[in-house]
Amino acid sequence: MSLKKHPTIVKADFLIIGGGIAGLQAGISAAENGMDTLILEKANTKRSGNGCGGNDHFMCYIPEYHGEDFEQIMPEVMDTLVGSNQDANLFRIMLERSFPVIEKWESYGINMRPTGQWNFEGHAMPGRRLYHLKYDGSNQKACLTKAALVAGAKIMNKVIVNEILVNEDGRFVGAIGINIRENEPEMILFQAKAGLIAVGEAMRMYPGNNPAYIFNTSHCPANTGSGAAMALRAGARLVNLDLPSRHAGPKYFTRSGKGTWIGALTDIHGELVGPFVKDIHVSRKLPDPTADVWKDCFIKMMESGKGPVYMNCTGISEEDQKHMRKALVSEGCTSINEYLDQYHIDLRKEMIEFGQYEHMFYMNGIDVDESSMSTIPGLYAAGMSVGNVRGDITSAAVFGDLSAENAAQYIKDVEDYDVNALPVIQEKMDLYTHLLRNEPGANWKESNTTLQKIMDEYVGTKVRSETLLTAGRKYICDLRDYSKEKLQAENSHEFMRSLEVLDLLDLAEACAVSAVERRESRGAYHKRTDYTFTNPLLNNKFQTITLTEDGLTTKFRDRIRR
Amino acid sequence: MPPLINQEKCIQCGTCVEICPLDVIKKENNLIVVKYPDECWHCRACVMDCPKEAISIRYPLSHMMLHMPAPNVAGRE
Repeated sequence: MSLKKHPTIVKADFLIIGGGIAGLQAGISAAENGMDTLILEKANTKRSGNGCGGNDHFMCYIPEYHGEDFEQIMPEVMDTLVGSNQDANLFRIMLERSFPVIEKWESYGINMRPTGQWNFEGHAMPGRRLYHLKYDGSNQKACLTKAALVAGAKIMNKVIVNEILVNEDGRFVGAIGINIRENEPEMILFQAKAGLIAVGEAMRMYPGNNPAYIFNTSHCPANTGSGAAMALRAGARLVNLDLPSRHAGPKYFTRSGKGTWIGALTDIHGELVGPFVKDIHVSRKLPDPTADVWKDCFIKMMESGKGPVYMNCTGISEEDQKHMRKALVSEGCTSINEYLDQYHIDLRKEMIEFGQYEHMFYMNGIDVDESSMSTIPGLYAAGMSVGNVRGDITSAAVFGDLSAENAAQYIKDVEDYDVNALPVIQEKMDLYTHLLRNEPGANWKESNTTLQKIMDEYVGTKVRSETLLTAGRKYICDLRDYSKEKLQAENSHEFMRSLEVLDLLDLAEACAVSAVERRESRGAYHKRTDYTFTNPLLNNKFQTITLTEDGLTTKFRDRIRR
Repeated sequence: MPPLINQEKCIQCGTCVEICPLDVIKKENNLIVVKYPDECWHCRACVMDCPKEAISIRYPLSHMMLHMPAPNVAGRE
């Protein structure tokens, strides 16, 4: 199969890569700020990515509800599950700008007050204020898409982006995209004054609950770390690749949305696992926060032989049972509801086993400043591909909004740059042509599943050491070399999957290098057997990684604490 | 294999092909086919957006949700 080439260069002021919450919010804001705005989305913005079916918790600070003592509120919110491994200045911006974004979402037609008032539920500590607004996000992607189009943004669906283009001065000038709508992929060159990476995290890097089914993942398996991988290749600084985090939820039906369940965590005898609630008769306001605090409780209980741990919803009121099932719809988990019904599982009588899910580069990625810009001038990042502020709904919306505002200022002093002659374009075309060659080759799944095995055994979250990580890096690089040589795609779908795996491999190597260089143990999942202690000198130190002429180069920087 | 398309109800409008986040469903020879069933995330976007209610999801055994009768439910030992 030959590689088709789009006849012209597609131009915009602001090129948004990824049509999720961050990308669509940025698109709305950018168009309202007068920029010629183009959103590229690998699926369709109405139903793509993590938010495709909806979400139900919007972490926020609403002055009329929470009060004015913001300096008290900041540390309180950071104590909840959303607080770790972030620069405090970005977290502050996210909180301060959360309410204005909520007001915008209401104006787009998203139901932020299903009960008629500001209603906060879940992810809370006993005796403290609640910060997770319970909303109905089941139509959020359609509403955001419509608002972006009304504002004047253009959307190209079924277009993946595989490379960020920078000029000789190192500033962002465009991107290489692939249209996967037809059977034959079509390469498109994009030229823009500023760009935003707003794609998802890296699913499919580690083996999941059932390793044979690599799309059985907690978050959308279309997300393969492409944003961080492209940014790294283009010279941007990434951060926190050494510190994994892991979600939890039902076994083996892997699905995020733990906070939507109303119940207590108990063992098989119905005994509570954590100390935060009195008994199993919890309510929607304060379900058991044990897993938010004791993040690896499911693993620890299994390892100690005291497991399994169950989400026990049998003690909640009938009203809360109905409320939870409705909230699972808002959260986009209609499949959980349907599964429970199809298999006749009654949550009034049955407990659901919960387990820890695989690491997915959720707060590990592009290092951004207060304008949401990466270290590449003109290249912004928001949402899941950012590494120094959490990527969930609030963060995606706020930093999407903010990046567009800043980009509108940035482009005023920027000249158009003709991308046509950039040497990376020919390099990429050679790779694409090779992937599409007419001879038998390796299928992308061979590479993806082997990468998962290497990551689990050598760059895992259970045991890490210099020898394991060094060997892991070598095997990742070998697999990448073999993959570039052997992978072959029969059509645009397989072509997309092949490029996804190559992105995962780049990110995997950077992860292995970062993990080697953090010579201590930290948190639940960076456990070095050769450095079993946590080094106080590395408290509040973030590790960065950049691709330079000398290869992957790491450094420690201070976490911004105010 | 998830999802299942009821070809008698399907009008080949292509909505599911367009919106599937995983590019699982394709239109081939004027027929909607589930070409990459192993890559389904069970998000139900296709079910929710199908104008003819022609799509259903079969949940595979690879996604078995583990559950246990609760000991503390009234009437049970």
